[in-house]
Amino acid sequence: MTTAREAGLVACRRCGQVEVISAPHCQRCGSALQSRDERSLQKVWAWLIAGMIVYIPANLYPMLITRSLGHTSDSTIFGGVVELVELGSYDIAFVVFFASVVIPIGKFIAIIYLAISVQRRSILNMHQRHKLYEVIEFIGRWSMIDVFVVAILSALVQLDSIATINPGIAAVSFALSVLFTMLAAQSFDPRLIWDASRNTE
Amino acid sequence: MSLPPLEDLVACSQCDTLHNAMTLSEGETAACRQCGTPLMTSRSSALARVLSLALTSVVLMIAAISFPFLDLDVQGRQSGTSVIGAVLAFQSSWGFPLAIAVAGFIIILPLTRLIALIYAIGPLTRGAKPRRYARQAFALAERLRPWSMVEIFMVGVTVALIKVAGLATVTIGPAFWAFAALVVITVLKDQLICRYSIWEELDTARA
Ligand SMILES: [Zn+2]
Ligand SMILES: [Zn+2]
Repeated sequence: MTTAREAGLVACRRCGQVEVISAPHCQRCGSALQSRDERSLQKVWAWLIAGMIVYIPANLYPMLITRSLGHTSDSTIFGGVVELVELGSYDIAFVVFFASVVIPIGKFIAIIYLAISVQRRSILNMHQRHKLYEVIEFIGRWSMIDVFVVAILSALVQLDSIATINPGIAAVSFALSVLFTMLAAQSFDPRLIWDASRNTE
Repeated sequence: MSLPPLEDLVACSQCDTLHNAMTLSEGETAACRQCGTPLMTSRSSALARVLSLALTSVVLMIAAISFPFLDLDVQGRQSGTSVIGAVLAFQSSWGFPLAIAVAGFIIILPLTRLIALIYAIGPLTRGAKPRRYARQAFALAERLRPWSMVEIFMVGVTVALIKVAGLATVTIGPAFWAFAALVVITVLKDQLICRYSIWEELDTARA
């Protein structure tokens, strides 16, 4: 099977238009064209490392600061899950745990695996790796659930003397972590997975 | 090696494999031979329906941001919020960057996406020529898709409701229902948008 690059062509990833390889922009939709994103892996690593770094304070510091009748309590991401379990909402606790812990960590591991296997020009499991890439692209944004929970609770619960809820620093670092890993996934050029099996130059 | 004209070629966006464009019958999908990614579909582009859903979404979005969203009642003390309130909740120093993120993901980017889509496909539904920059507008609308998070916000609202349920009585306001309807319509609209046919329509309408 011939690739667009081998035929001296480049495909627009936004709209599907095929152009000659020297074309800088897509005639149809105006997007910048690149046969392969040469700096794809650099960008992936940069965003991924940034996302992993801010994920650490996101877990150590409070997401929510609750002041109730003069006494203050903090809850972290994990503390928020435990709280839901104590309320008996096991299903919701599972949703939050999945969105805030399983997805981010799973995503770190998956992106590292994809980047390393492309660097090593691995020809194993190409279909599975491509599927994995599609899954992380699709699922990453769902980690934002907890950020929205914090925003709603802190807007809603503002009853001066009885109870107030305010966001903690972890809410911001967690939101950044989701943002950075979404950018890491978007920077990955899936065509690189398949290139390993093709004799390029 | 001689190539057919560029219009007759389709390259897979995921693996770069080149295919010849084929004529599909209604409802058929052509997938990449290498990786299985859909290459093109033949579906009626349902532009009129996409447009009416997008216009409805704009109205619902305006309703969702102007009416009360949720009200809280604890021992006679009231506290409420609108969607704007949820965005403007920067009582503490960490609230401000959070407010910008929430405003972007649930109001600004979804609205930008809707307006770009309406701008791009509006004239096509009347059989008119596309507006200037209609293609860029449609490309922008597609690009913003992952960053528009109304459905994720609604899941967050559900979790928040469960967390405060023990603490207080919560009254659900009209904006809540407007937002819920917005989520349903957004999902319907996104399923109806067929990228390939809209690009085709934009191409043929140019001529
Ligand atoms: Zn294009
Ligand atoms: Zn393919």
